[in-house]
Amino acid sequence: MLSVQARTVASITLRATMGRRRALLFALPPLILVLVTVLLKAAHAERADWPSLILGGFGLAVVLPLTALIIGTSVLGAEIDDGSVVHLLATPVPRSTVILSKFAVATGLTMLFAAVPEFLAGLIATGGPSRLAVGVLAGALAGSVIYNALFVMMSVLTTRAIAVGLLYLLVWESLLSNVVSGVRVLSAEQYSLGIANSIARDGNLNAHLGVATAAVMGAVVTVIALGLAVRRLGAFSLKGDAV
Amino acid sequence: MSSIELRSVSRWYGNVVAINDITMTMGPGVTGLLGPNGAGKSTLLHLISGFLEPSRGELTVGGAASWRNPDVYRTLGLVPERPAVYPFLTGLEFVRATARLHKLPGPDRAAERSIAIVEMAAAQDRKIATYSKGMRQRIKVAAALVHDPEVLLLDEPFNGMDPRQRLHMMDLLETLGDEGRTILFSSHILEEVERLSGTIQVIVAGRLAASGDFRAIRRLMTSRPHVFLVRTSDDRRLGAALIGRPSVTGVEMSSRGLQVKASDYGAFSREIAGLTREHGIQLRELLPEDESLERVFAYLVEQ
Repeated sequence: MLSVQARTVASITLRATMGRRRALLFALPPLILVLVTVLLKAAHAERADWPSLILGGFGLAVVLPLTALIIGTSVLGAEIDDGSVVHLLATPVPRSTVILSKFAVATGLTMLFAAVPEFLAGLIATGGPSRLAVGVLAGALAGSVIYNALFVMMSVLTTRAIAVGLLYLLVWESLLSNVVSGVRVLSAEQYSLGIANSIARDGNLNAHLGVATAAVMGAVVTVIALGLAVRRLGAFSLKGDAV
Repeated sequence: MSSIELRSVSRWYGNVVAINDITMTMGPGVTGLLGPNGAGKSTLLHLISGFLEPSRGELTVGGAASWRNPDVYRTLGLVPERPAVYPFLTGLEFVRATARLHKLPGPDRAAERSIAIVEMAAAQDRKIATYSKGMRQRIKVAAALVHDPEVLLLDEPFNGMDPRQRLHMMDLLETLGDEGRTILFSSHILEEVERLSGTIQVIVAGRLAASGDFRAIRRLMTSRPHVFLVRTSDDRRLGAALIGRPSVTGVEMSSRGLQVKASDYGAFSREIAGLTREHGIQLRELLPEDESLERVFAYLVEQ
């Protein structure tokens, strides 16, 4: 049973996130994913392996992290930016409750806006509930959890969470993890791909981690990121007079 | 009973000292925190409310440190200066949500009571986005009061309020203070503090410049020398007449008019009109030259 505090934080967060124009913004990447899949299916794409390339290389590597970035950095970050977070923090709510409730809302929304469309695209691409479709759904669900832990943490640590998040996605995940194999052990993208591939068993998904490593590392990263976020929120400071 | 206690509290950012070695105690009743903009009033309120860590010194609210201690908000209510409130909630939803965050047994009843105190019941079902600045301020006070706190901190509560709302807020704070709560509010406007609080703490450049009964401090402020700029139809003749008056300590001719130093603000203000009439001189302009609060504060610091 969720505490009344957790439910209150979650409900305000949900209304704030869905009420902004950003709601349209984070519905965009998944929409593109589904549209591209429909187009490719209709055009009878020449390469037989196109579904795994689209679902892995675009769905799990681009749409999922981008959606999580927009949602994860805004559930708490927007309130920190405009100062309204003070109303929340000037109450005896445990800081862990604040972080976990916000994280839960962000994860749920990301699952809805990225993981579900990913599954839908998988169904369309493979013509039914295939191993690939179920695999990318599992990968996207796990990825929603891990990415949002990271992005919620970033929004507490820095006021430029979106920029830092983009840098992480572009430089760390896209660039370095393709060049330096050690980086893959610390890449959320590889965690979701590893989990997706354990069901899909498709080489085109470009998964480099086994499911055990991916799941354990994903869990460790999630716990550490949330722990850091709670710690940092406990020391949340307001700027004083202009000195 | 909850009091606020600071013992040698300092706060600095890098090389900049925002709060410099402040020791003070505030108990039940209304206390005004007065000082020019940038003096450190907000920093001090943030320190007291647990939103800033003291660099040095000890700070307690109701006997407990407020930094990294969310439990302090069981006895403390905060009305922050920034107007941001969740705009998509109605006033009632906002105050009720705050009651739930406090885990109050009857959040609906508590919200209703609190909204009644700030007289916002008529607008409670409207979205906060549609509220005026004064209404936002009041709904913020309602949220800060919902758990019936013993200590209430308000950062510039009168900013953006029209005179009627201002009077209403003053009455409210007065009542809350009379009920035995410790009310601390900041302001850079002398009159607000004068009207409201028996005790004041004057902060200038991060230091406690004056502290105690308002009337004593007010006397200090009004008995200081004042400088006026006077422009008339015949500056020279008025200057000659003025220098014979005991309330005037100096007269200087300048291109802008007569600069008059008065030792007694009240006596000079009363005399000047009669004096010009007596000599058939037309008074065109009378400007206090040094009325900026900064000057008043600077004077207090010198004392």
